[in-house]
Amino acid sequence: MPTEPLLTAEDLHLSFGSTPALDSASVEVHAGEILALMGPSGSGKSTLLHCLAGILTPDSGRVTYAGRDLTALHDNERSALRRSEFGFVFQFGQLVPELTCLENVALPLRLGGASRRAALRSAEAWLERLEVSDVADKRPGQASGGQGQRVAVARALVTRPKVVFADEPTGALDSLNGERVMELFVAAARDTGAAVVLVTHEPRVAAYSDHEAVVRDGRVRAREYVR
Amino acid sequence: MSIGHALLGLLEGGPRHGYDLKRSYDERFGQDRPLAYGQVYSTLARLLKNGLVEVESEPGAGPERKKYAITDAGVSDVGGWLARPEKPEPYLQSTLYTKVVLALLTGHDANDVLDTQRSAHLRLMRDLTRRKAGGDLADQLICDHALFHLEADLRWLELTAARLQQLAAQVRA
Ligand SMILES: Nc1ncnc2c1ncn2[C@@H]1O[C@H](COP(=O)(O)OP(=O)(O)OP(=O)(O)O)[C@@H](O)[C@H]1O
Ligand SMILES: [Mg+2]
Repeated sequence: MPTEPLLTAEDLHLSFGSTPALDSASVEVHAGEILALMGPSGSGKSTLLHCLAGILTPDSGRVTYAGRDLTALHDNERSALRRSEFGFVFQFGQLVPELTCLENVALPLRLGGASRRAALRSAEAWLERLEVSDVADKRPGQASGGQGQRVAVARALVTRPKVVFADEPTGALDSLNGERVMELFVAAARDTGAAVVLVTHEPRVAAYSDHEAVVRDGRVRAREYVR
Repeated sequence: MSIGHALLGLLEGGPRHGYDLKRSYDERFGQDRPLAYGQVYSTLARLLKNGLVEVESEPGAGPERKKYAITDAGVSDVGGWLARPEKPEPYLQSTLYTKVVLALLTGHDANDVLDTQRSAHLRLMRDLTRRKAGGDLADQLICDHALFHLEADLRWLELTAARLQQLAAQVRA
Protein backbone atom coordinates (compact mmCIF):
# COMPACT_ATOMS: atom_id res chain seq x y z
CA MET A 1 0.00 0.00 0.00
CA PRO A 2 1.34 3.41 -0.93
CA THR A 3 0.04 5.53 1.96
CA GLU A 4 1.44 5.68 5.48
CA PRO A 5 -0.51 3.54 7.91
CA LEU A 6 -2.70 5.46 10.37
CA LEU A 7 -2.10 3.06 13.22
CA THR A 8 0.83 0.72 13.71
CA ALA A 9 1.80 -1.90 16.25
CA GLU A 10 5.46 -2.90 16.11
CA ASP A 11 6.90 -5.92 17.81
CA LEU A 12 4.52 -5.92 20.77
CA HIS A 13 5.19 -8.17 23.75
CA LEU A 14 2.79 -8.46 26.64
CA SER A 15 2.45 -11.06 29.38
CA PHE A 16 -0.22 -11.46 32.02
CA GLY A 17 1.91 -12.85 34.85
CA SER A 18 3.62 -15.81 33.27
CA THR A 19 1.11 -16.08 30.41
CA PRO A 20 2.49 -14.55 27.22
CA ALA A 21 -0.46 -12.96 25.36
CA LEU A 22 1.50 -11.09 22.69
CA ASP A 23 4.81 -12.38 21.39
CA SER A 24 6.20 -9.98 18.81
CA ALA A 25 2.89 -8.90 17.31
CA SER A 26 3.00 -6.34 14.51
CA VAL A 27 0.16 -4.98 12.42
CA GLU A 28 -0.76 -1.90 10.38
CA VAL A 29 -4.10 -0.21 9.96
CA HIS A 30 -4.63 2.25 7.12
CA ALA A 31 -7.07 5.16 7.17
CA GLY A 32 -10.60 4.13 6.21
CA GLU A 33 -9.90 0.44 5.87
CA ILE A 34 -11.71 -2.40 7.59
CA LEU A 35 -9.27 -4.89 9.03
CA ALA A 36 -10.45 -8.20 10.48
CA LEU A 37 -8.35 -9.74 13.24
CA MET A 38 -8.97 -13.46 13.15
CA GLY A 39 -7.46 -16.44 14.91
CA PRO A 40 -8.18 -19.08 17.52
CA SER A 41 -9.48 -18.41 20.99
CA GLY A 42 -6.74 -17.24 23.33
CA SER A 43 -4.41 -16.30 20.48
CA GLY A 44 -4.21 -12.66 21.60
CA LYS A 45 -6.74 -10.87 19.38
CA SER A 46 -8.41 -8.88 22.14
CA THR A 47 -5.09 -8.10 23.78
CA LEU A 48 -3.74 -6.77 20.48
CA LEU A 49 -6.90 -4.70 19.98
CA HIS A 50 -6.57 -3.21 23.46
CA CYS A 51 -2.94 -2.32 22.82
CA LEU A 52 -3.79 -0.71 19.47
CA ALA A 53 -6.50 1.33 21.21
CA GLY A 54 -4.19 2.47 24.01
CA ILE A 55 -6.24 0.67 26.65
CA LEU A 56 -3.39 -1.70 27.50
CA THR A 57 0.29 -0.76 27.44
CA PRO A 58 2.57 -3.47 26.07
CA ASP A 59 5.64 -4.61 28.04
CA SER A 60 7.71 -3.72 25.01
CA GLY A 61 7.18 -2.58 21.45
CA ARG A 62 5.53 0.50 20.03
CA VAL A 63 2.05 1.60 19.05
CA THR A 64 1.97 4.62 16.77
CA TYR A 65 -1.18 6.55 15.89
CA ALA A 66 -0.90 9.33 13.29
CA GLY A 67 2.77 9.72 14.05
CA ARG A 68 2.34 9.76 17.85
CA ASP A 69 3.79 7.04 20.06
CA LEU A 70 0.82 5.96 22.22
CA THR A 71 3.03 4.13 24.69
CA ALA A 72 4.92 7.36 25.43
CA LEU A 73 1.81 9.43 26.22
CA HIS A 74 0.60 10.20 29.74
CA ASP A 75 -2.54 8.40 30.84
CA ASN A 76 -4.69 11.52 30.58
CA GLU A 77 -3.35 12.38 27.13
CA ARG A 78 -4.07 8.85 26.03
CA SER A 79 -7.65 8.94 27.30
CA ALA A 80 -8.23 12.29 25.62
CA LEU A 81 -6.98 10.84 22.36
CA ARG A 82 -9.19 7.77 22.80
CA ARG A 83 -12.22 9.96 23.38
CA SER A 84 -11.69 12.19 20.36
CA GLU A 85 -10.22 9.82 17.78
CA PHE A 86 -11.44 6.32 18.64
CA GLY A 87 -14.78 4.56 18.96
CA PHE A 88 -15.52 1.20 20.58
CA VAL A 89 -18.02 -1.60 20.08
CA PHE A 90 -17.79 -4.67 22.27
CA GLN A 91 -19.78 -7.87 22.48
CA PHE A 92 -21.99 -6.50 25.23
CA GLY A 93 -22.09 -4.39 28.32
CA GLN A 94 -20.71 -1.15 26.97
CA LEU A 95 -23.89 0.88 27.33
CA VAL A 96 -24.67 2.70 30.56
CA PRO A 97 -27.70 0.85 32.00
CA GLU A 98 -29.13 3.89 33.84
CA LEU A 99 -29.31 6.08 30.71
CA THR A 100 -31.76 5.76 27.84
CA CYS A 101 -30.42 4.53 24.52
CA LEU A 102 -30.62 8.07 23.14
CA GLU A 103 -28.67 9.47 26.11
CA ASN A 104 -26.11 6.70 25.70
CA VAL A 105 -25.43 7.75 22.13
CA ALA A 106 -25.32 11.42 23.11
CA LEU A 107 -22.90 10.75 25.98
CA PRO A 108 -19.59 10.76 24.05
CA LEU A 109 -20.55 14.11 22.49
CA ARG A 110 -21.43 15.55 25.91
CA LEU A 111 -18.09 14.35 27.27
CA GLY A 112 -16.46 16.08 24.31
CA GLY A 113 -18.11 19.36 25.32
CA ALA A 114 -21.15 19.51 23.01
CA SER A 115 -24.33 21.17 24.24
CA ARG A 116 -27.11 18.87 25.43
CA ARG A 117 -29.39 19.94 22.59
CA ALA A 118 -26.82 19.42 19.85
CA ALA A 119 -25.73 16.09 21.32
CA LEU A 120 -29.29 14.76 21.46
CA ARG A 121 -30.08 15.94 17.96
CA SER A 122 -27.03 14.21 16.57
CA ALA A 123 -27.74 11.06 18.61
CA GLU A 124 -31.27 10.93 17.20
CA ALA A 125 -29.94 11.02 13.66
CA TRP A 126 -27.53 8.20 14.41
CA LEU A 127 -30.22 6.01 15.96
CA GLU A 128 -32.32 6.57 12.87
CA ARG A 129 -29.44 5.64 10.62
CA LEU A 130 -28.96 2.38 12.53
CA GLU A 131 -32.72 1.77 12.31
CA VAL A 132 -33.32 1.80 16.07
CA SER A 133 -35.18 5.08 16.62
CA ASP A 134 -37.90 3.10 18.38
CA VAL A 135 -35.67 2.28 21.36
CA ALA A 136 -34.48 5.89 21.84
CA ASP A 137 -36.33 6.32 25.12
CA LYS A 138 -35.77 2.81 26.43
CA ARG A 139 -32.97 1.73 28.72
CA PRO A 140 -30.45 -0.68 27.16
CA GLY A 141 -31.84 -3.48 29.34
CA GLN A 142 -35.21 -3.07 27.63
CA ALA A 143 -33.78 -3.36 24.12
CA SER A 144 -33.06 -6.65 22.34
CA GLY A 145 -29.49 -7.82 21.82
CA GLY A 146 -29.52 -6.74 18.18
CA GLN A 147 -31.01 -3.36 19.00
CA GLY A 148 -28.46 -2.88 21.78
CA GLN A 149 -25.58 -3.56 19.38
CA ARG A 150 -26.93 -1.04 16.90
CA VAL A 151 -27.15 1.53 19.66
CA ALA A 152 -23.55 0.67 20.56
CA VAL A 153 -22.49 1.16 16.93
CA ALA A 154 -24.28 4.53 16.88
CA ARG A 155 -22.49 5.49 20.06
CA ALA A 156 -19.12 4.46 18.63
CA LEU A 157 -19.60 6.48 15.44
CA VAL A 158 -21.38 9.57 16.78
CA THR A 159 -18.10 11.41 17.41
CA ARG A 160 -16.92 10.59 13.86
CA PRO A 161 -13.82 8.77 15.08
CA LYS A 162 -10.88 7.93 12.85
CA VAL A 163 -10.74 4.35 14.13
CA VAL A 164 -13.46 2.11 15.53
CA PHE A 165 -12.36 -0.91 17.55
CA ALA A 166 -14.89 -3.71 17.54
CA ASP A 167 -14.41 -6.93 19.53
CA GLU A 168 -16.86 -9.63 18.43
CA PRO A 169 -19.58 -7.01 17.82
CA THR A 170 -22.03 -9.66 16.64
CA GLY A 171 -20.84 -12.42 18.95
CA ALA A 172 -24.08 -12.65 20.91
CA LEU A 173 -26.45 -12.33 17.94
CA ASP A 174 -28.05 -14.85 15.59
CA SER A 175 -26.80 -14.77 12.03
CA LEU A 176 -29.59 -12.68 10.52
CA ASN A 177 -29.30 -10.00 13.21
CA GLY A 178 -25.53 -10.16 13.15
CA GLU A 179 -25.45 -9.60 9.41
CA ARG A 180 -27.76 -6.61 9.62
CA VAL A 181 -25.61 -5.07 12.34
CA MET A 182 -22.51 -5.62 10.19
CA GLU A 183 -24.18 -4.16 7.08
CA LEU A 184 -25.22 -1.01 8.90
CA PHE A 185 -21.95 -0.75 10.82
CA VAL A 186 -19.75 -1.15 7.74
CA ALA A 187 -21.85 1.21 5.61
CA ALA A 188 -21.74 3.89 8.30
CA ALA A 189 -18.00 3.44 8.85
CA ARG A 190 -17.34 3.75 5.12
CA ASP A 191 -19.51 6.86 4.93
CA THR A 192 -17.66 8.59 7.73
CA GLY A 193 -14.27 7.34 6.54
CA ALA A 194 -13.53 5.58 9.83
CA ALA A 195 -11.08 2.68 9.84
CA VAL A 196 -12.37 -0.40 11.66
CA VAL A 197 -10.36 -2.98 13.56
CA LEU A 198 -12.74 -5.90 13.80
CA VAL A 199 -12.00 -8.89 16.01
CA THR A 200 -14.06 -11.87 14.98
CA HIS A 201 -13.80 -15.63 14.75
CA GLU A 202 -16.72 -15.79 12.33
CA PRO A 203 -15.66 -15.92 8.67
CA ARG A 204 -18.96 -14.49 7.50
CA VAL A 205 -18.39 -11.44 9.69
CA ALA A 206 -14.78 -11.17 8.53
CA ALA A 207 -16.10 -11.13 4.96
CA TYR A 208 -17.27 -7.54 5.59
CA SER A 209 -13.63 -6.47 5.95
CA ASP A 210 -11.15 -5.32 3.30
CA HIS A 211 -8.28 -7.40 4.69
CA GLU A 212 -7.62 -9.92 7.37
CA ALA A 213 -4.75 -10.43 9.76
CA VAL A 214 -4.51 -13.78 11.48
CA VAL A 215 -3.28 -13.88 15.07
CA ARG A 216 -1.76 -17.10 16.32
CA ASP A 217 0.18 -17.61 19.55
CA GLY A 218 0.41 -13.88 20.13
CA ARG A 219 1.82 -13.14 16.71
CA VAL A 220 0.29 -11.90 13.46
CA ARG A 221 0.78 -14.53 10.82
CA ALA A 222 -0.81 -13.38 7.61
CA ARG A 223 -2.09 -10.17 6.25
CA GLU A 224 -3.43 -10.19 2.76
CA TYR A 225 -3.87 -7.21 0.50
CA VAL A 226 -6.60 -7.84 -1.99
CA ARG A 227 -7.77 -4.39 -3.00
CA MET B 1 -28.23 -30.02 -10.42
CA SER B 2 -30.95 -31.69 -12.46
CA ILE B 3 -31.53 -29.31 -15.35
CA GLY B 4 -34.22 -31.60 -16.75
CA HIS B 5 -36.27 -31.32 -13.60
CA ALA B 6 -35.78 -27.58 -13.39
CA LEU B 7 -36.96 -27.11 -16.99
CA LEU B 8 -39.92 -29.39 -16.37
CA GLY B 9 -40.85 -27.39 -13.30
CA LEU B 10 -40.71 -24.15 -15.29
CA LEU B 11 -42.99 -25.70 -17.92
CA GLU B 12 -45.70 -26.26 -15.32
CA GLY B 13 -46.56 -22.60 -15.75
CA GLY B 14 -47.51 -23.19 -19.40
CA PRO B 15 -46.03 -24.23 -22.78
CA ARG B 16 -42.91 -22.37 -23.91
CA HIS B 17 -40.35 -22.09 -26.65
CA GLY B 18 -36.88 -23.42 -25.94
CA TYR B 19 -35.23 -20.00 -25.95
CA ASP B 20 -37.88 -18.63 -23.60
CA LEU B 21 -37.27 -21.53 -21.26
CA LYS B 22 -33.54 -20.90 -21.29
CA ARG B 23 -34.03 -17.23 -20.46
CA SER B 24 -36.34 -18.04 -17.63
CA TYR B 25 -33.92 -20.64 -16.23
CA ASP B 26 -30.97 -18.24 -16.46
CA GLU B 27 -32.88 -15.48 -14.70
CA ARG B 28 -33.85 -17.65 -11.77
CA PHE B 29 -31.08 -20.19 -11.44
CA GLY B 30 -28.38 -19.37 -13.97
CA GLN B 31 -26.42 -16.82 -11.86
CA ASP B 32 -22.84 -17.63 -12.79
CA ARG B 33 -23.67 -20.44 -15.18
CA PRO B 34 -26.24 -19.66 -17.85
CA LEU B 35 -27.40 -22.67 -19.89
CA ALA B 36 -26.01 -23.23 -23.36
CA TYR B 37 -28.67 -23.48 -26.08
CA GLY B 38 -27.35 -26.89 -27.08
CA GLN B 39 -27.84 -28.09 -23.51
CA VAL B 40 -31.42 -26.83 -23.45
CA TYR B 41 -32.36 -28.55 -26.70
CA SER B 42 -30.62 -31.81 -25.89
CA THR B 43 -32.34 -31.88 -22.49
CA LEU B 44 -35.71 -31.15 -24.09
CA ALA B 45 -35.09 -33.90 -26.65
CA ARG B 46 -34.47 -36.36 -23.82
CA LEU B 47 -37.60 -35.25 -21.96
CA LEU B 48 -39.54 -35.64 -25.20
CA LYS B 49 -38.23 -39.14 -25.75
CA ASN B 50 -39.23 -40.10 -22.18
CA GLY B 51 -42.72 -38.69 -22.67
CA LEU B 52 -42.31 -36.00 -20.02
CA VAL B 53 -42.93 -33.16 -22.48
CA GLU B 54 -44.73 -32.93 -25.81
CA VAL B 55 -44.34 -30.57 -28.72
CA GLU B 56 -47.06 -28.18 -29.76
CA SER B 57 -46.18 -27.97 -33.42
CA GLU B 58 -46.04 -24.65 -35.19
CA PRO B 59 -45.55 -24.02 -38.86
CA GLY B 60 -41.89 -23.53 -39.67
CA ALA B 61 -38.83 -25.68 -39.12
CA GLY B 62 -36.01 -25.73 -36.58
CA PRO B 63 -36.06 -26.50 -32.85
CA GLU B 64 -36.39 -22.82 -31.89
CA ARG B 65 -39.86 -22.70 -33.45
CA LYS B 66 -41.21 -25.54 -31.32
CA LYS B 67 -43.28 -24.95 -28.22
CA TYR B 68 -42.88 -27.48 -25.43
CA ALA B 69 -45.60 -28.49 -22.98
CA ILE B 70 -45.33 -30.66 -19.88
CA THR B 71 -47.26 -33.96 -19.88
CA ASP B 72 -49.03 -35.61 -16.91
CA ALA B 73 -46.07 -37.96 -16.63
CA GLY B 74 -43.84 -34.87 -16.53
CA VAL B 75 -45.89 -33.32 -13.72
CA SER B 76 -45.63 -36.43 -11.58
CA ASP B 77 -41.91 -36.68 -12.35
CA VAL B 78 -41.37 -33.17 -10.95
CA GLY B 79 -43.45 -34.11 -7.91
CA GLY B 80 -41.30 -37.18 -7.30
CA TRP B 81 -38.09 -35.16 -7.65
CA LEU B 82 -39.25 -32.53 -5.16
CA ALA B 83 -40.23 -35.25 -2.69
CA ARG B 84 -36.84 -37.00 -2.81
CA PRO B 85 -34.07 -35.57 -0.61
CA GLU B 86 -30.80 -34.63 -2.27
CA LYS B 87 -27.89 -36.83 -1.32
CA PRO B 88 -25.86 -34.98 1.30
CA GLU B 89 -22.36 -34.40 -0.08
CA PRO B 90 -19.81 -35.78 2.36
CA TYR B 91 -16.70 -34.36 0.65
CA LEU B 92 -14.58 -37.14 2.07
CA GLN B 93 -12.05 -36.86 -0.73
CA SER B 94 -10.81 -33.45 0.27
CA THR B 95 -8.03 -31.92 -1.79
CA LEU B 96 -7.24 -29.65 1.11
CA TYR B 97 -6.68 -32.52 3.49
CA THR B 98 -4.43 -34.17 0.92
CA LYS B 99 -2.42 -30.96 0.52
CA VAL B 100 -1.97 -30.55 4.28
CA VAL B 101 -0.76 -34.12 4.71
CA LEU B 102 1.58 -33.85 1.73
CA ALA B 103 2.95 -30.55 3.00
CA LEU B 104 3.79 -32.24 6.29
CA LEU B 105 5.32 -35.24 4.54
CA THR B 106 7.46 -33.16 2.21
CA GLY B 107 8.64 -30.68 4.82
CA HIS B 108 6.67 -27.68 3.51
CA ASP B 109 4.99 -25.32 5.95
CA ALA B 110 1.46 -26.66 6.31
CA ASN B 111 0.45 -23.40 7.97
CA ASP B 112 1.23 -21.63 4.72
CA VAL B 113 -1.09 -23.99 2.88
CA LEU B 114 -3.85 -23.18 5.36
CA ASP B 115 -3.18 -19.43 5.34
CA THR B 116 -3.17 -19.25 1.55
CA GLN B 117 -6.42 -21.15 1.39
CA ARG B 118 -8.02 -19.03 4.07
CA SER B 119 -7.23 -15.87 2.21
CA ALA B 120 -8.57 -17.27 -1.09
CA HIS B 121 -11.77 -18.35 0.65
CA LEU B 122 -12.18 -14.98 2.34
CA ARG B 123 -11.64 -13.15 -0.92
CA LEU B 124 -14.52 -15.06 -2.49
CA MET B 125 -16.63 -14.52 0.62
CA ARG B 126 -16.03 -10.76 0.35
CA ASP B 127 -17.20 -10.77 -3.27
CA LEU B 128 -20.32 -12.70 -2.33
CA THR B 129 -20.99 -10.41 0.62
CA ARG B 130 -20.75 -7.36 -1.63
CA ARG B 131 -22.96 -8.95 -4.24
CA LYS B 132 -25.48 -9.79 -1.56
CA ALA B 133 -25.60 -6.19 -0.36
CA GLY B 134 -26.49 -4.96 -3.84
CA GLY B 135 -28.87 -7.77 -4.68
CA ASP B 136 -32.47 -8.80 -4.27
CA LEU B 137 -33.78 -11.59 -2.07
CA ALA B 138 -32.90 -14.27 -4.64
CA ASP B 139 -29.29 -13.03 -4.78
CA GLN B 140 -29.13 -12.95 -1.01
CA LEU B 141 -30.31 -16.53 -0.60
CA ILE B 142 -28.05 -17.86 -3.35
CA CYS B 143 -25.02 -15.99 -1.98
CA ASP B 144 -25.81 -17.08 1.57
CA HIS B 145 -25.87 -20.70 0.50
CA ALA B 146 -22.39 -20.32 -0.97
CA LEU B 147 -21.21 -18.30 2.04
CA PHE B 148 -22.27 -20.94 4.55
CA HIS B 149 -20.44 -23.64 2.60
CA LEU B 150 -17.28 -21.55 2.39
CA GLU B 151 -17.57 -20.84 6.09
CA ALA B 152 -17.71 -24.56 6.79
CA ASP B 153 -14.45 -25.01 4.89
CA LEU B 154 -12.89 -22.20 6.90
CA ARG B 155 -13.96 -23.75 10.18
CA TRP B 156 -12.25 -26.91 9.07
CA LEU B 157 -9.12 -24.92 8.22
CA GLU B 158 -9.02 -23.40 11.71
CA LEU B 159 -9.57 -26.75 13.35
CA THR B 160 -6.81 -28.28 11.28
CA ALA B 161 -4.48 -25.37 12.06
CA ALA B 162 -5.09 -26.01 15.75
CA ARG B 163 -4.30 -29.72 15.34
CA LEU B 164 -1.36 -29.40 13.02
CA GLN B 165 1.28 -30.50 15.51
CA GLN B 166 -0.72 -33.57 16.40
CA LEU B 167 -1.27 -34.38 12.74
CA ALA B 168 2.41 -33.84 11.93
CA ALA B 169 3.43 -36.31 14.63
CA GLN B 170 1.05 -38.93 13.23
CA VAL B 171 1.92 -38.39 9.60
CA ARG B 172 5.65 -38.60 10.22
CA ALA B 173 5.44 -41.56 12.61
N1 LIG C 1 -6.66 -9.86 32.06
C1 LIG C 1 -6.00 -11.00 31.85
N2 LIG C 1 -5.36 -11.63 32.86
C2 LIG C 1 -4.67 -12.76 32.64
N3 LIG C 1 -4.56 -13.37 31.45
C3 LIG C 1 -5.17 -12.81 30.41
C4 LIG C 1 -5.92 -11.60 30.54
N4 LIG C 1 -6.42 -11.27 29.33
C5 LIG C 1 -6.00 -12.22 28.48
N5 LIG C 1 -5.25 -13.14 29.11
C6 LIG C 1 -4.58 -14.30 28.47
O1 LIG C 1 -3.88 -13.83 27.33
C7 LIG C 1 -4.02 -14.70 26.24
C8 LIG C 1 -4.66 -13.96 25.07
O2 LIG C 1 -5.97 -13.57 25.43
P1 LIG C 1 -6.94 -12.74 24.48
O3 LIG C 1 -8.11 -12.35 25.30
O4 LIG C 1 -6.18 -11.65 23.83
O5 LIG C 1 -7.34 -13.86 23.41
P2 LIG C 1 -8.42 -13.78 22.23
O6 LIG C 1 -7.68 -14.12 20.99
O7 LIG C 1 -9.14 -12.50 22.27
O8 LIG C 1 -9.38 -14.98 22.59
P3 LIG C 1 -10.99 -15.12 22.41
O9 LIG C 1 -11.22 -15.43 20.97
O10 LIG C 1 -11.32 -16.30 23.27
O11 LIG C 1 -11.62 -13.86 22.87
C9 LIG C 1 -4.86 -15.87 26.74
O12 LIG C 1 -3.99 -16.89 27.12
C10 LIG C 1 -5.58 -15.29 27.93
O13 LIG C 1 -5.85 -16.30 28.87
MG1 LIG D 1 -11.15 -11.94 22.70
